[in-house]
Amino acid sequence: MTLPQQIITVAMAVLATMLTRFLPFLLFPSQNKTPRFVIQLGELLPPAILGMLVIYSYREQLLHPTSMSVIALIAGLVTVGLHVWKRNMVLSILGGTAVYMFFINIL
Amino acid sequence: MKTRTFSFAFKKTLPIMLGFSFLGITYGLYMHQLGFNFLYPTLMAMTIFGGSVEFIIANLLTKAFNPWSVFFLALIVNSRHIFYSISMLERYRGAGWRKPLLIFGLCDETFSINYATELPDDIDKDNFYLYVTMLNYFYWVFGAFLGGVFGSLINVQLNGLDFVMTALFIVIFVDQVLREKDHFSSRTGFLIALACLFIFGDTIFLPISMFIMIIIFYVQYRRTGGTAS
Repeated sequence: MTLPQQIITVAMAVLATMLTRFLPFLLFPSQNKTPRFVIQLGELLPPAILGMLVIYSYREQLLHPTSMSVIALIAGLVTVGLHVWKRNMVLSILGGTAVYMFFINIL
Repeated sequence: MKTRTFSFAFKKTLPIMLGFSFLGITYGLYMHQLGFNFLYPTLMAMTIFGGSVEFIIANLLTKAFNPWSVFFLALIVNSRHIFYSISMLERYRGAGWRKPLLIFGLCDETFSINYATELPDDIDKDNFYLYVTMLNYFYWVFGAFLGGVFGSLINVQLNGLDFVMTALFIVIFVDQVLREKDHFSSRTGFLIALACLFIFGDTIFLPISMFIMIIIFYVQYRRTGGTAS
């Protein structure tokens, strides 16, 4: 690719990404009344998105299972366990990550 | 109050600082290995600001010129942002001049923190949102810059540190499930995404899951007569 072609390629990615972030705000500007269903969607969606994000993080491990996937799942369960037990965000994140890094580096 | 808000926001972003610096450096290194100088990862991190798309575009830059496929690929991979924006419509309403910045920087991690953090009374909401957004942006761009500049000099020994991001999403989701009375939405999101991943593969499963979720929520909305809000 030439430099102008590279710039256009990146610009297309920027445009698409910005579109995904700005579109709802452009469709429902704050001075107008937002439709009731959209407001309710805004309240209903977040728990669903947070669940979707967990699947999104595991997409490669789930689709192409290897021994790494097993480690990632175990580390994930450790994270869940720690969090249900202590409810300490930093502890759960570091604990789960430590388990993952430990097994990944010794295997 | 401003410094209190800042330090509160800073603490909330610490796991992201760890994850983004690491992933950002990895991304900078990746582009370096593809033969691009440090300006590429840095400028792409600054303008696109979406990790997975940046990795994909880095790779596509070495292939034949095809701007429309880049556009649609980025649209599909980033389609989840539409959901973040819908969820933040009301919360970002009074943000004034900060609003364009908040929308521009609305990535997975910023959404998770800004949505899930319960703010004490002495914390300024709009500034908190702004600080979290800007800090996360800075971590990512700075990481990409470092990876690009130091290229082969940095020997990334921290194999597996990227799990920090996965752990962050898990913790925020668990928090949500423990906090809520009704698990309808979290269960729907988790299961639909899981099913769609296996049925449709990892490129297209996000927009399809989102579409199905909207239909389910619409049916629910009709059934309750829209009285829930």
